[in-house]
Amino acid sequence: MRHLKTAMLSALLGATALTAQPGYAKDLRIALQSDADVLDPDQSRTFVGRIVYASMCDKLVDITPELEIIPQLATAWETTDDGTKVRMSLREGVVFHDGTPFNAEAVAANIERSQTLDESRRKSELKSITGTEVTGEYEITLTLAGADATLMAQLADRAGMMISPTAAAEAGADFGLNPVCSGAFKFEERVAQDKIVLSKFDDYWNADVIHFDSVTFLPIPDTTVRLANLQSGDIDMLERLAATDLTQANADDSIVVQSAVSLGYQGITFNINNGARGDNPWGNDKRLRQALSHAIDREALNQVVFDGAFAAGNQSFPPPSPWYNTDLPVQGADMEKAKALLAEAGYADGIELEVQVPNSTEPLAVMQVVQAMAAQAGIDIKLTSKEFATLLADQSAGDYTASQIGWSGRVDPDGNNHQFVTTNGGINDSKFSNPKIDELMNAARVGATTEARKALYDEAMVIMLDELPRLFLYHVNWIWAHSDNLKGFTPYPDGMIRLENVTWEE
Amino acid sequence: MLAFLFRRILIAIPTIILISIFVFALQKLLPGDPLLVLAGEERDPDVLEFLREKYRLNDPLPVQYLAWVGNALQGDLGISLRSNQPVTELMAQKLPVTIQLAVMSMIFALVIGIPAGILSAVKKGTTTDYVANVVALSGLSIPNFWLGIMLILLVSVKWQLLPASGYVPLSEDFGQSIRTMLMPSFVLGTALAATLMRHTRSSMLGVLNADYVRTARAKGLAERVVVLKHAFRNALTPIVTLTALLFGELIAGAVLTEQIFTIPGFGKLVVDAVFNRDYAVVQGIVLVTAVGFIVMNLIADMMYFVLNPRLREQH
Repeated sequence: MRHLKTAMLSALLGATALTAQPGYAKDLRIALQSDADVLDPDQSRTFVGRIVYASMCDKLVDITPELEIIPQLATAWETTDDGTKVRMSLREGVVFHDGTPFNAEAVAANIERSQTLDESRRKSELKSITGTEVTGEYEITLTLAGADATLMAQLADRAGMMISPTAAAEAGADFGLNPVCSGAFKFEERVAQDKIVLSKFDDYWNADVIHFDSVTFLPIPDTTVRLANLQSGDIDMLERLAATDLTQANADDSIVVQSAVSLGYQGITFNINNGARGDNPWGNDKRLRQALSHAIDREALNQVVFDGAFAAGNQSFPPPSPWYNTDLPVQGADMEKAKALLAEAGYADGIELEVQVPNSTEPLAVMQVVQAMAAQAGIDIKLTSKEFATLLADQSAGDYTASQIGWSGRVDPDGNNHQFVTTNGGINDSKFSNPKIDELMNAARVGATTEARKALYDEAMVIMLDELPRLFLYHVNWIWAHSDNLKGFTPYPDGMIRLENVTWEE
Repeated sequence: MLAFLFRRILIAIPTIILISIFVFALQKLLPGDPLLVLAGEERDPDVLEFLREKYRLNDPLPVQYLAWVGNALQGDLGISLRSNQPVTELMAQKLPVTIQLAVMSMIFALVIGIPAGILSAVKKGTTTDYVANVVALSGLSIPNFWLGIMLILLVSVKWQLLPASGYVPLSEDFGQSIRTMLMPSFVLGTALAATLMRHTRSSMLGVLNADYVRTARAKGLAERVVVLKHAFRNALTPIVTLTALLFGELIAGAVLTEQIFTIPGFGKLVVDAVFNRDYAVVQGIVLVTAVGFIVMNLIADMMYFVLNPRLREQH
């Protein structure tokens, strides 16, 4: 009897253990750090939302890992010499998930929606387009207010995602409840905070490179639990592995870890001239900001807080970026210089600095290390931890001295700079103003060649690092972990998960 | 009994109104502008203004509140600022999840807590009693999130016996649904079991010293019958009250447990909504939870009638 019981028990355990193993992963399960917001490319704002779109919504153009613009739904494009007209040839034989054909009319409707829908968050990204003209079934000409070097990069993201004009007209602002695009996978269902399920779109124009029947995105906010799910085989892939979990993940033979330096940055933004609180020593005297910058050992910061998994940085572009100014490399700490600058500014005995920090683990850890480093130079940093929405509101209203904040980054260098440092920049919370910077940034925006633009950003970077309205600290690395059965995944600096040519091998 | 029930329901109405005003006001007192986050990283001023109008955030607070109440009375709790889904739909998705978690946790709590409490009362002062007490104290002191993560690492990662997290609806796959919920409800249940055990023990100790228990023993009844039929039945009344009140603790505990095990229930919904300043969702959940809590208390009151015949005669 006892034997029978034991046998039954082990059989039962065996059976459950078997079902816990992943089968042939025709359904790819990907864990996201948080739940996406509304699934309408014109309205959405979250990073994880963009990861879902990468499988669901094709764009006019895409990027390579080296940030070059390549064709997706647009096969070719040319700009007139004065830069005010862009003529695009479109891919033929593409249909949206609801069967609506993709053509020049559809592109025109999409651009119009991005520009005119009241809820649209894409207006500023497409501001330079003043008109569209359908010049053929598969050819469209965009008229621009002036030359815009950033436009193609915008079209490589949400502003360039094509949604079915039929579905958009029917659903209006509610499109996100049942999105219809033209990507490799079509929307099946969504249970908020639980899962987003996409299934393979049989009429996809590039179906040959897609090897999964469906993709399920699961928001799992806790990093430890996300990794545990991967190790137990409940998911096949996860994004944003915590730097501190790298050792554990690397030790597991069945897990592959891949990473790419992100396009964004993390740093400290100073209040230079935003309201009454802009009138403070830190806002008034750039030597203080320079002193703080010299007091920080950025590489050590990266080692201590992130086990060296991220990238130390001192500019608005990460060091591997083609836009990085290599004449201004990341320097180690120079306490003598920091102290000298403080003394020069009249604070030989030290000075206090209040920095507001988002109340989550990583920013706090970063700022505590910065605090310790700054203390050696005589800078007494006081940290005020705030919940993110509050921090942002205070920063926008000028109710701060300095703020630890970052930027998720854009493909085009303009996105990491223009709006932060030009006099009328939309999110210039420093209210920093410098005529030379305005001139350089505006010129770079319309620059005709990459080389010419690079020279302008190089010149601007020298001024920005001297003035330091933003003090850059480090660049996040996107870290993905996936089962070793998953083959062919390529990391991109934009943090997206592209499933083209990704396969599953048992 | 009907009159009593009616009176209780009448009292509940002002309570619910007060709660809704309180939550509404409290939320608006929170610092930070939700729309700055909602408008996207670029924070386009036109979009900001449009959204303020759309969600009536420019209106005075009392006007906003009355508009919300008006819609709520018609069954419309507004739409989520974040996902654009109607709040009622979101809650309809989440409610069965949390109910399943609550019921399964309660089963764990009752099955562990009550027998342990009876046992340690009957065996007062023995090793059994001490062990039960230590276990109960640990149950109370071990944080949910720690126990949860330890279980995931052990049961799912090391032994690969149960899914690490997530949720499968009962209707989709009954077995898998129960398996996914086992660990979370155990974690939540043990914390409640500890409270239940302590109360059962003290309640039983009081009763076991009563005269009628001595009489029952004197009559020569078996100890089993004395303890379970005579003593336990009378010790049960405070335990029923407690169980109903534990429902509140259950919801609070569910917040953490759902977060760890990524269960898309009420707790997770409300936490995310508070962080995203998703006003409509928070208000909707608090309203429904408050009503649920009141109903649970009503049920507990009804249970007294069943358990205590003397009450039946008085009313």
